[in-house]
Amino acid sequence: MKHLLSAGDLSRDEALAILDTAERMHAVQTREVKKLPPLRGRTIVNLFFEDSTRTRSSFEIAGKWLSADVINVSAEGSSVSKGESLRDTVLTVAAMGVDALVVRHNASGAVARIAGWVDCHVINAGDGTHEHPTQALLDAYTLRSRLGDLTDRHVAIVGDITHSRVARSNVLLLATLGARVTLVAPPTLMPSGVHSWPCDVSWDLDDVLSGKASGDVDAVMMLRVQRERMSGGYFPTEREYAISYGLSPERLDLLGADAPVLHPGPMNRGLEISSVAADSARSMVLEQVQAGVSVRMAVLYRLLSGADEVTV
Amino acid sequence: MPGRVRMPSEATAADADSGISGTSRPASVVLSDADVARVTDRIAHQIIENVAKNDFDAVLLGIPTRGVPLAHRLADRIAVFAGVSLPVGSLDITLYRDDLRLRGVRPLGATAEPEGGIDGRTVILVDDVLFSGRSARAALDALIELGRPRAVQLAVLVDRGHRELPIRADYVGKNLPTSPSQTVRVLLAEVDGRDAVLVEGS
Amino acid sequence: MTTVIRGAALLGAKPTDVLIDDGVIVSMGRGLTGDRDIDAAGLVLLPGFVDLHTHLREPGREDAETIATGSAAAALGGFTAVHAMANTTPVADSAEIVEQVARRGAQVGLVDVRPVGAVSKGLDGETLAEIGNMARSAAAVRVFSDDGRCVHDSRLMRRALEYVKPFGGVIAQHAQDPRLADHAACAHEGELSGRLGLAGWPAVAEESIIARDVMLAEHTGSRLHVCHVSTAGSVEVIRWAKARGIAVTAEVTPHHLLLTCDVLSGYDPVYKVNPPLRPAADVEALRAGLADGTIDAVATDHAPHAAHDKDHAFGDAAFGMVGLETALGVVAETMVGTGLLDWAGVADRMSTRPAAIGRVAGQGAALEVGAPANLTLVDPAAAWTVVPAGLASKGRNTPFAGRSLPATVVATLLRGHVTVLDGALAEAAVPV
Repeated sequence: MKHLLSAGDLSRDEALAILDTAERMHAVQTREVKKLPPLRGRTIVNLFFEDSTRTRSSFEIAGKWLSADVINVSAEGSSVSKGESLRDTVLTVAAMGVDALVVRHNASGAVARIAGWVDCHVINAGDGTHEHPTQALLDAYTLRSRLGDLTDRHVAIVGDITHSRVARSNVLLLATLGARVTLVAPPTLMPSGVHSWPCDVSWDLDDVLSGKASGDVDAVMMLRVQRERMSGGYFPTEREYAISYGLSPERLDLLGADAPVLHPGPMNRGLEISSVAADSARSMVLEQVQAGVSVRMAVLYRLLSGADEVTV
Repeated sequence: MPGRVRMPSEATAADADSGISGTSRPASVVLSDADVARVTDRIAHQIIENVAKNDFDAVLLGIPTRGVPLAHRLADRIAVFAGVSLPVGSLDITLYRDDLRLRGVRPLGATAEPEGGIDGRTVILVDDVLFSGRSARAALDALIELGRPRAVQLAVLVDRGHRELPIRADYVGKNLPTSPSQTVRVLLAEVDGRDAVLVEGS
Repeated sequence: MTTVIRGAALLGAKPTDVLIDDGVIVSMGRGLTGDRDIDAAGLVLLPGFVDLHTHLREPGREDAETIATGSAAAALGGFTAVHAMANTTPVADSAEIVEQVARRGAQVGLVDVRPVGAVSKGLDGETLAEIGNMARSAAAVRVFSDDGRCVHDSRLMRRALEYVKPFGGVIAQHAQDPRLADHAACAHEGELSGRLGLAGWPAVAEESIIARDVMLAEHTGSRLHVCHVSTAGSVEVIRWAKARGIAVTAEVTPHHLLLTCDVLSGYDPVYKVNPPLRPAADVEALRAGLADGTIDAVATDHAPHAAHDKDHAFGDAAFGMVGLETALGVVAETMVGTGLLDWAGVADRMSTRPAAIGRVAGQGAALEVGAPANLTLVDPAAAWTVVPAGLASKGRNTPFAGRSLPATVVATLLRGHVTVLDGALAEAAVPV
């Protein structure tokens, strides 16, 4: 594997190999000396065109625990406004002898485009409203830690699907892993063409959580709803959204007692998720953060250790 | 970078030190299942003799893949012969290998600390084959991250010679003179369905 | 000096000699002689093409294109007149700017450069530009457009339509409801945009504006021209409006006749264009609409960009494709090769009708004695492969790179002057 650009690029075997590796990597988090040697002498650049302290820190820790040199380059608001092209920015950074670029960009497809310009490994840390494959991997890791094998497990993903790279990557990866996904959102926040995706679609959260819509739900993933969506007229008020699509205590009770609740963070308490749900024993939010480091270690290890591609 | 590229192939953790390649070559059986049992017993006796001096304050740490079942077998035999049960753990050395960049990406084995940890105790590393000594070196590095043992020893089922590092085993089941081009395969029932040691090639 | 074009198939029909003297066709027949002889055996003779929609970038972005390089690209593409869009810097919203553009075009002398005037001042969409002054200026502007932006305010659109009536002007609308497809919209709204996470540009954002505008054209009794029609629904609306007797005309770009939105899956901004590429069903409807005359003209929407304006993520890159030099080839492939149009049809859609829409004097005339010798010679059997570096335009942003196109422009004559010969700019015609 040269790059990780889309969760859809992962075969079932490759995805499982990453999750298995992540489980091994998880052990290092409990050790006194949190350091493994395999990426010694390798340089990883976190190239973030959009601020994200969480994802950047997670990749930074993952790289450092594998002994790589990790450098953060914040390129927010660069290129377009400065007259520099994205290509210039990226080639400048890559020219510094970089082994891998971890890229976050606010435009869909930006990371794939960058991968076409450089020789080093490229990891998509979130591109616009397209994909966020390591988030999907950490979600799968978290789900697996609670549910075991995800084959035929049923996961509801609720919220702003249209603008969610998390949802897109999760739909692809969970389908690859054999899980069933039901997307839940108001019609205004459902992407065009969603019916061709490998999942079910519903507008009614209660029907889904109670199992009426598409069978019992084993886990629910709540997506962050950006408050600025209101000005786009996607829904009338926060109040109405919370009532229609928020994970209230009552809706939490519709779920099976063991069904985990995931949220990619940061949470809007009182909007998409109630504090009761966020703080319940089923909430996996902190486990997701831990899993993020393990999964990113696994991805970095699997991309960067081992022989580079051999020219034949 | 012109030309076609090949994805790095997946190597298994187990094949590295024995030098197994994917192709099968004519193999001769040098230890039968009965031989493996006898040799294991001999190592168990040697360990008992040695660690008895320290009130059996020792642990067995198997190196995946085949070092782990081997460590469990040794613990079982020691329990039979001496009536003491030594804690068993596993120590994956993949991330500490010096040839990570020379081969395809490797899956990781399990690291499990033995009950009571390793600090201040005698750690006996258990592996199936001792060849170049590079696995043992990697294991020593990996061990340091886990804690500070009082002493570290090495037990192997087969020592086939051709050392490339100043390393020797404390317990050797069988010294097996080989040529560098040969490969030695240790089969264990827990992994391979049967016990045997094979030498392939000439 | 007289020139004879020998043995060309007039509009693809029977071989004829055409004698040109002093910029005018003076004789047609067989066995004609002149001072200069162009062997046109096997070639098709068409009236010089007229482009209703060209971005020449000058003034303002001379690094992307100039009137000289754009004119050269046009001549090589078989054009004898182009309409230079108003979205320059400064905007062509006054008599001074349009006269400057026209003057520079005449100085270059490869094609007639007809400036398009802005509808609104600075393309602000709020107040009318000095349309009358531009019409009365030496540039004699007849086409007005805020292209790149939609005249979305209904009242402003109504006023503009009314205001151009005294001088036979036409409002060329970039139909894009900005509330349904804002500045971020960059991909046809459909399954692909949803999957790729690209902001959708729904067909209805175009169709609803066209529907409104044809009713405004009917109400005002004025002329409406619809730029770069891209959807089947738009074709239907225009067909209905024409049947109702509304004075609406429409154009389609070569790229919308050939490419579908599927090419976006690799996020390559060379395929980013406004309006966006559409699904195959729309492409079929556009071809059918052009064939039956619902769509009047092929217009290139030639939009050259500097490389650094395309070397971005898809959403951040500039909209547009170059098209002058590939237009004939694409039309030959999509319309002639498919049997939808014959060469007379190509002449009608690429010369006669666009010249009439733009009220371009001396262009798009029938091939007959007395007509100005604005002519294009096409080799219908000479396929060529598009190489961006080989284009005369400064823009390298062609979506057809590496593609083979089935027909080649061999020669172009502007009022008898040979601007292009053997597929290259004629020596005397190289601009200064």
